[in-house]
Amino acid sequence: MDLENQKRVKELTEKYGAENIVVIFGAAEAESAGLSAETVTAGDPTFAGPLAGVELGLSVYHTVEPEFKEAVNADVYEEQISMMEMVLEVDEIVEEMSSIREQFTKY
Amino acid sequence: MNCSVVKAAGYVLVHTPDMILHNGTTQTTEKITNPDSEYLKKVPEHIRPYEEVVNYAPNQAYIGNITPEELKGYEMPWYDKDVPNSNRFGKFGEIMPQDEFIGLLKISDAFDLVKLEKEFVKVIKEKLSAHPFFNENDLAKIKEGEELSEIEVQVKDHHAEAIYNHGKLVGCVKKAHEIDVNLNAHVMYENLVVKASGILAFKHLLHNNKIDPAEIEYVIECSEEACGDMNQRGGGNFAKAIAESGEAINATGSDTRGFCAAPTHALIKAAALVQAGVYENVVIVAGGATAKLGMNGKDHVKKGLPILEDVLGGFAVLISKNDGVNPILRTDLVGRHTVGTGSSPQAVITSLITAPLDKGGLKITDIDKYSVEMQNPDVTKPAGAGDVPTSNYKMIAAIGVKRKELERKDLGSFVEKHGMPGWAPTQGHIPSGVPYLGFAREDLTEGKLNKVMIVGKGSLFLGRMTNLFDGVSIIMERNPGNIEEKVTGASKEEVKTMIAEAMRDFASHLLKE
Repeated sequence: MDLENQKRVKELTEKYGAENIVVIFGAAEAESAGLSAETVTAGDPTFAGPLAGVELGLSVYHTVEPEFKEAVNADVYEEQISMMEMVLEVDEIVEEMSSIREQFTKY
Repeated sequence: MNCSVVKAAGYVLVHTPDMILHNGTTQTTEKITNPDSEYLKKVPEHIRPYEEVVNYAPNQAYIGNITPEELKGYEMPWYDKDVPNSNRFGKFGEIMPQDEFIGLLKISDAFDLVKLEKEFVKVIKEKLSAHPFFNENDLAKIKEGEELSEIEVQVKDHHAEAIYNHGKLVGCVKKAHEIDVNLNAHVMYENLVVKASGILAFKHLLHNNKIDPAEIEYVIECSEEACGDMNQRGGGNFAKAIAESGEAINATGSDTRGFCAAPTHALIKAAALVQAGVYENVVIVAGGATAKLGMNGKDHVKKGLPILEDVLGGFAVLISKNDGVNPILRTDLVGRHTVGTGSSPQAVITSLITAPLDKGGLKITDIDKYSVEMQNPDVTKPAGAGDVPTSNYKMIAAIGVKRKELERKDLGSFVEKHGMPGWAPTQGHIPSGVPYLGFAREDLTEGKLNKVMIVGKGSLFLGRMTNLFDGVSIIMERNPGNIEEKVTGASKEEVKTMIAEAMRDFASHLLKE
C-alpha cells in the first residue's frame, strides 16, 4: 500500500475511530489484497510508511467477498463488479482476507 | 476516409545497473527511511550482468528478435533461461550497455551539465565509435572529460547528481540553476535520461527503416517526465529536443502527457494530424524513467531473484499518410474513458474495448489481437501484482461473456488466441499498448491478422489532481490498398451494399405494416 494511502487511512481512523472504519479492497491478486489488508490491521509489513508498527486492527473486506456482495445493491454490483468476479480467483482472495481478519482485525 | 498508417517502429532498452541503486525511487526512498536496511545491502548481489540482460527472452522480444508467439514457447520464469543466438541488436532496436548510454547522456547534453571522468571518456568514445549511429560530430560532443577530483567536488559540495558505472564514480550531472528546484541536478538527470533514451529510439526508427529525418514534420513525445523551470514546471519540450538530436530539421513538436496512457493518446493524435493532412509524417517517441528502476526490487530480492527492472525502455513510431500497404489507424473506431465513465474495471473495459467495437459493428472476437498493458509477468508475478496482460485479456473475455459473444467455457481459449504474453519492462508508459505496434505492422501486412486493438491506460490519480483513471484505444487494421477509392468516396461495392440495405429496411418496414 503506498505511503499516501497509508497516511489517509491513519488520519481517517484517528478522526472517526477504528471501530467505525471498514476498508474495502479491490486488488486483483490475493497476495496483494492480503498485503494491503495486513497494512491496515497489523501495520505496514515493509516498515516504510506511516503505518509501520501501527496496529489499527480495522475491518477489511474485498469487493468479491460474500459479506460485501450481500451488503450492496445487487444491480450496482452487477454493473460494477460482476465482470471482475468472473475474472478473479475469488476463493483465493476470500481465504487470504479471512485469514487476515482472523489474525489481526479487532473490530 | 483516408486513414493514416503505422509505417515503422523502433524499440530500445538500456541496461542501467548502477541507476537501480542510485536513482530508482524504491531504493532512494529506502535510503531515506531505512538507510541501514538489509535490502539495500543485498541489492548489489541481485544485479544482472549485461550479458544476462541481453539473453533475457522478454528483452529479445522487445527489440524484435523473437516474436510474442515465440516468447509463449518459453516456459516461465524467464529470468533463468537464455535465448539461443540472442543479440544486442534486433530489427527494431538494441539493448545498450550502461557505459555507452552514459556517453549518449553527454551527447544529448545541450547545456554542458554532464561532466565525465577523463579515463572513462576514452573508453566510451572508443566503444561508441563502433556504434553504427554515432559519427565524429556526436563523439566530439563528449569532449575530453574532467579530473575525477573535480567531479567529486561537484557531487560533494554542489549537489550534482553522481553517475556511477559498476560502482565507480565516473561523472555527474550538475544542477542547472542555483535555487530552482525544477532545474536541480536530480531533475536534470532524469530529464537527460529520458531525452537520451528517446533519441536512441528515434535514431533506430530512422536508421533501421532508411527514413530521411528531413521528412519528419512533427514529433509527439509521450513519456512521464516534465521539463521546465520554476516558472513553468512542465513547459517542455522533449519532442523538439529529440527531433533536434535526430537531425529532423523540418520538424517541430510537443509533449503529450497522460501517465501510462500517453503513448496511445499520442498515437491517436498523430493519426488524426496525418489523416487531416496537417502533416505527412509524425513520430511519436518516448524514453525511459530511472525512477522506476527496481520498483519491485524488494520482492525480487526477498524471493531470491535478480532485480529484473534493470532496463530503461524507449520507443519511436512513425505515422504517415496512407501508402496503401501499411496497416491503417481507424480513427473512427476509437475508445475513450470519459469523465463520466466511472472507475470500475467493468466501466473501463466497456469504454475502451466495446465502445469502439460497437461503432464498427464488431464483436469482441473480431479483433485478432489486443495489445493492452504488456508488462512482463516475470517482473510483476513475484511482486504479487499477477500477470497484467492476462488479467486484461480475462476482463475483455468476461465482457464478451456478458455480451453473449463468447461462452464462459471459452474464456481461457480467448485469452490464448487473442492475447499475448507481456514482454515490456515495467516503465509505466513503455508497456502500455505501444510495444506491439512494431509486430502489429508486420502481422497486418506480411502476417495473417486483419484487426488489432491498441489500448493505453493511465493512473491519473497518482498526480493528485483528480481521482479519475484514464485510457484510450484505437483499432488498427490491414490496409485495403485502394487509396483512390477511399479518397473519392464510396466504392461501387459499398454503394451496392448501401442500396441493398436500404431495400431490406424498406421491405421489413412494409412487412410490419
